Amino acid sequence: MKRLIASILLLLACGALCAKEAVPLAEDPAVEKRMIDISSEMRCLVCQNESLAASQADLAQDLRRELRGLIKEGKSDAEIKEFMVSRYGDFVLYRPQVKPVTWLLWTGPFIFLIAGVIGLIAYLRRRSGVVKEAPLSAAETKQAEELLKESGQ
Amino acid sequence: MKAKFLVPMALFLVLVGFLAVGLNRDPRDVPSPLVNKPAPAFTRTQLAEPGKQFSPADMKGKVWMLNVWSSWCVSCRQEHPLLVEFARAQVVPLIGLDYKDTRDAALGVLRQMGNPYDLTVFDGDGSVGIDYGVYGVPETYIIDKAGVIRHKQTGPITSEALEKTILPLIDELKKS
Repeated sequence: MKRLIASILLLLACGALCAKEAVPLAEDPAVEKRMIDISSEMRCLVCQNESLAASQADLAQDLRRELRGLIKEGKSDAEIKEFMVSRYGDFVLYRPQVKPVTWLLWTGPFIFLIAGVIGLIAYLRRRSGVVKEAPLSAAETKQAEELLKESGQ
Repeated sequence: MKAKFLVPMALFLVLVGFLAVGLNRDPRDVPSPLVNKPAPAFTRTQLAEPGKQFSPADMKGKVWMLNVWSSWCVSCRQEHPLLVEFARAQVVPLIGLDYKDTRDAALGVLRQMGNPYDLTVFDGDGSVGIDYGVYGVPETYIIDKAGVIRHKQTGPITSEALEKTILPLIDELKKS
């Protein structure tokens, strides 16, 4: 047990020692920060489950270089987005733009929610109509009391 | 009453339908926004003759095919024999775009495997590739007489794609 704890502690210590912040390579941290902000909202087309900011694919590196260039030229975020979308399509954006083709995508969950609430209300109304409160008659009360007494013994 | 029990079943079948369609689609096949847009302009030197330039404007008035390839790309080699065969039929001019490559390596491949291209443009830093939205070589564009991209094939051309999509489209574009 002691050995196990010691080795876990050692591993933790190693983690703290070995993990070093990546050295920023860019000469201009402001440009780099904006580039990362923009590219983490974009999908890398080569390894589709990674963001453009995180991907080590060749194409992602080229595109990051391209984005740095655009930022240095003073392009706005919208212009940079347009640059990427005009080449690779809406697929590069993690947040799809709101436009006629994506209306269903954006409103779909709310439509389902409203439909569900309407369905629930309708069901509850119908149910309250079906289940009527019926008070027991005197004879039934007596019978119930007898049954309870019997089980009480 | 009976119909009520069929509702979950029907919903389940709809769900299965969506999954079946979704799972049978190729996630690599991203529709290109460049289709039906003018082919982006560029001017680059030719691979074999660095002194000569090429620009898509040179092809105005012709239906042509732009094939993006590279010496390091394995699926390009797979596609290569088909391109050689296609070029032999001389259906349309076939222009190569050598993407992120070195001249020596690319010329080596053409010497070794045959050269299907009327000419190859050299895009060593891949900047033309970025303008064309290239994300996985090989990629092939069919460009019409007005210089508009009419079709993009991502990944190697198969003989099926060639016969079912590419050749009929070329025929149609040539007539117009």
